[in-house]
Amino acid sequence: MTVLNPPIVPRKIYGLIWVVLLLLLLLNWGLAQLNLGPFNLVATLAIAFIQMMLMLLYLMHVRYNTPLTWVFVAAGFIWLVVMINLSLSDYLTRGAVAGRFGKSWIHETSVPPPVYLPKP
Amino acid sequence: MNATLPQTETLEIPKPPKRLLTYFEDGGRTVGSWLLTTDHKRIGILYLYSIVAFFTIGAIAAAIMRLELITPAGDLVTSDTYNKLFTIHGTVMVWFFLIPSIPSVLGNFVVPLMLGARDLAFPRLNLLSWYLFNLGGLLALYAIAIGGVDTGWTFYTPYSSTFTNTHVVTMVAGVFMAGFSSILTGLNFIVTTHKMRAPGLTWFRLPLFLWSNYATSVILVMATPVLAMTLVLLSIERIWGVGVFDPQLGGDPVLFQHLFWFYSHPAVYIMILPGMGVVSELVTCFARKPIFGYHFVAFASMAIALIGFFVWGHHMFTSGASVYSGLVFSITSYLVAVPSAIKVFNWTMTLHRGRIFLNTPMLYALGFIGLFTVGGLTGLFLAALALDVHVTDTYFVVAHFHYIMVGGMVTGFLGGLHYWWPKITGRLYPESLGRLAALIIFIGFNLTFFPQYVMGYLGMVRRYHAYAPEFQIYHVMSSAGASILGVGYLLPLIYLIWSLKHGKKAPANPWNATGLEWQTPSPPPKHNFAQTPIVTRPPYQYSAETEEHMVYG
Repeated sequence: MTVLNPPIVPRKIYGLIWVVLLLLLLLNWGLAQLNLGPFNLVATLAIAFIQMMLMLLYLMHVRYNTPLTWVFVAAGFIWLVVMINLSLSDYLTRGAVAGRFGKSWIHETSVPPPVYLPKP
Repeated sequence: MNATLPQTETLEIPKPPKRLLTYFEDGGRTVGSWLLTTDHKRIGILYLYSIVAFFTIGAIAAAIMRLELITPAGDLVTSDTYNKLFTIHGTVMVWFFLIPSIPSVLGNFVVPLMLGARDLAFPRLNLLSWYLFNLGGLLALYAIAIGGVDTGWTFYTPYSSTFTNTHVVTMVAGVFMAGFSSILTGLNFIVTTHKMRAPGLTWFRLPLFLWSNYATSVILVMATPVLAMTLVLLSIERIWGVGVFDPQLGGDPVLFQHLFWFYSHPAVYIMILPGMGVVSELVTCFARKPIFGYHFVAFASMAIALIGFFVWGHHMFTSGASVYSGLVFSITSYLVAVPSAIKVFNWTMTLHRGRIFLNTPMLYALGFIGLFTVGGLTGLFLAALALDVHVTDTYFVVAHFHYIMVGGMVTGFLGGLHYWWPKITGRLYPESLGRLAALIIFIGFNLTFFPQYVMGYLGMVRRYHAYAPEFQIYHVMSSAGASILGVGYLLPLIYLIWSLKHGKKAPANPWNATGLEWQTPSPPPKHNFAQTPIVTRPPYQYSAETEEHMVYG
């Protein structure tokens, strides 16, 4: 596909995707009413992922595009993973300090919260 | 048998015009024809005007700061004004000069020419980029005019989002808009490089400037959205008090630094990679030798673009980030030195046994190699976790990044500007004045910034307008150097403008260089080439033995 030859996607596909997105939204809302413990978050993220993929593949035409476009789309996600992953390397190890020579990493269980100055 | 064939009419082949109209002439000479142009060459020149204006503003702010710092007492400006001055200097120089300097000015002009293309892939998008850039710049100038911003160019939270009473949101809106200009420009270059290469111009026949420009474009497209998102979050917190970064609102100030530097460290490579590309062109042309290790230099650009995304945490060694993440970011920061060193070694090997012409562009290229090496090696000091704690927020850091950004990028920009000036304008600049200016800039630059390494190591903190008297000698040296540097920058401005009218007419290929951009007249016609060129050879087929001399110089 080139810029001059966009794909001809039947309108019913757009309509179908729109309906599916709304249904997923409803499902998301419905699940939020139930207490699934930690699985609430998992379910919400899973639904959001499916919605995102539908938009990307059909509404943004990535499915009908060239492998080069797929590479750039994939690169966007890899970059996002790098950003989140390396940021978490900080957040998940706050308070972890190295022991003396040869000892493993020790995690201090009680890190005092930072003291902030009051607002002026 | 021939006699039985019907007689065919002889076709009249139109004779080609004696001289193709240049891009100055074709399309009109009115202001409107320039402001609505979609010609990549004209847009490159529009960018040149814009960045020279912004550079002047940033330089004036720097000059006032250097004047203030001559004496230890804060006696020229108040501390508040000083804060605003370094914010103006940083913001304007980074986003409105350095980032667009080589890609948007030289890249815009030469990329389609080097590719053998008629224009960029999306010419109207290119013009839109320029308008967005200027709109962003005007917003930033408006923020300065109505009172300025005192956060520094990094807009660290929660100071920027909660405490300061200056015009953060307006300034941030300007930077946000300029970011979109960057994204569109990067996108345009990527598509053009993929889709519009001349027949025979395979990836490994591309000039190295195009590899650098491509790597830069990937960073522009991948990193700038994160900056946009971060600045929007900052504005939301500042305007509506939604807690994102302010701990008193439940936010995390270090998160701002993570997001900001995820863009801004790769942005350092946006600033230096195009300079490296220019130097690769200059070194091989003025040593009259094919570049040493073409593939290594090309892949080093891509490696820098990639690894540049893994190192941002080294800006946060003392900001409360964990020791473990400091360790990780320290190692990755060392890694990025490898492809950078590959480039320096390859340039040096290209010089080895070459026939070196010390023309102005080459002087800038040699200056770049030396200054970039100093800046890069002192970057390794800062990547070392323990040493960084000692020198964080001192003039050591200021000296380091100025060696990269000014010693590297500005020198590379000036080298490239001189190299392609005959192509851009069709005029030659005065060579002896050019050499003199290059020398003055090299001396002035080192006198300005080398003392800053020393005083930074001794403990002189950055961003202070009053300081302990024992540092005065270094500050006086630095300010004296800055005035020499100012003369050095003023000289090219004067003689380049002079050359527009009085310079000798440039031939198509004044340097006897090999790139496609030299195969078309100077200045080029509107659509660059009378016929689409066909590439049959690898780049840089120079020969020191067979070449008699340069056409010019």
